[in-house]
Amino acid sequence: MTFFWVLAIALIATAVFTVTQRSPVHSVVGLLANFVVLATLYLTLNAEFIFVMQIIVYAGAILVLFVFVISLLSAGTGPFSEGPNRMPRALVPAALVALTGFGFLIYGLARGPLGILPPHVATSHPGEVGQSGVFGSVADFGVALFSTHLLPFEITAFILMVAVIGVVVLAGDAALAPTRGHHVRRRTQEREAIVKAER
Amino acid sequence: MNAPMDVDVSYYIVLSTVIFFIGVGGVILRRNPLIMLMAIELMFNAANLALIAFARVWINNAGQIFAFLVITVAASEAAIGLAIVVVVFRRAKNVDVDEVAGLRG
Repeated sequence: MTFFWVLAIALIATAVFTVTQRSPVHSVVGLLANFVVLATLYLTLNAEFIFVMQIIVYAGAILVLFVFVISLLSAGTGPFSEGPNRMPRALVPAALVALTGFGFLIYGLARGPLGILPPHVATSHPGEVGQSGVFGSVADFGVALFSTHLLPFEITAFILMVAVIGVVVLAGDAALAPTRGHHVRRRTQEREAIVKAER
Repeated sequence: MNAPMDVDVSYYIVLSTVIFFIGVGGVILRRNPLIMLMAIELMFNAANLALIAFARVWINNAGQIFAFLVITVAASEAAIGLAIVVVVFRRAKNVDVDEVAGLRG
């Protein structure tokens, strides 16, 4: 229980740090700490594979993407112009949204215990973290992913492909520009050739 | 079959809610799109925490599988969001979502 409280306080503190920093680089550092603490929380919930994925995909890939974009955007320019603070204007609706949502959830939790369940939903036996063949082990996760939940997994591959194409279309302009210019130039040359031939 | 948890699941759900609404506050209050994207990542993570906590309560893999899928979707979201930020910055030379009014009717 003490371990949980330490992790919970660290998680909330790093999340607040992430959201309140002025500089995006400081936010990324806060987010990194947040992801590591969250991964540890996943481990306390027997989710070994998600723990590894959280570190590799979130703390590794996604944060590196953020850092790259920040360095790309701030290269050769001064620090980002944040403009006048809109906190006073947005504070009331933000507090309303946050408190209403939070209130609803606390109300839902207060209605009854969450741990009551029909026994047949269990897909495997629980065990210690690190033990093989129990709930949350990599083998257990992999079998379920490639048998019961194969279709969502395949759809994820499609989503990733759409994302890759979207990113290339959006931000790959500079890479495509020479080709496009070349086409335009060639079309102009052809047009000039036709005009000359007609004369 | 149903092994008791060290910490009751409601603590995890409250923690997840707190993180989620910190993310909501970040999206509403901040105007730097990079920090807004990070706040969205916080919200994704809060949802993941709830999914994994319920997976542990019900000793059922589905929650973990869908947390895994949410991680993938979050990765695509981050990639596309950052690409949009790059395009907007290239065009407008600043990163303030209030200044980006190109689609205003």
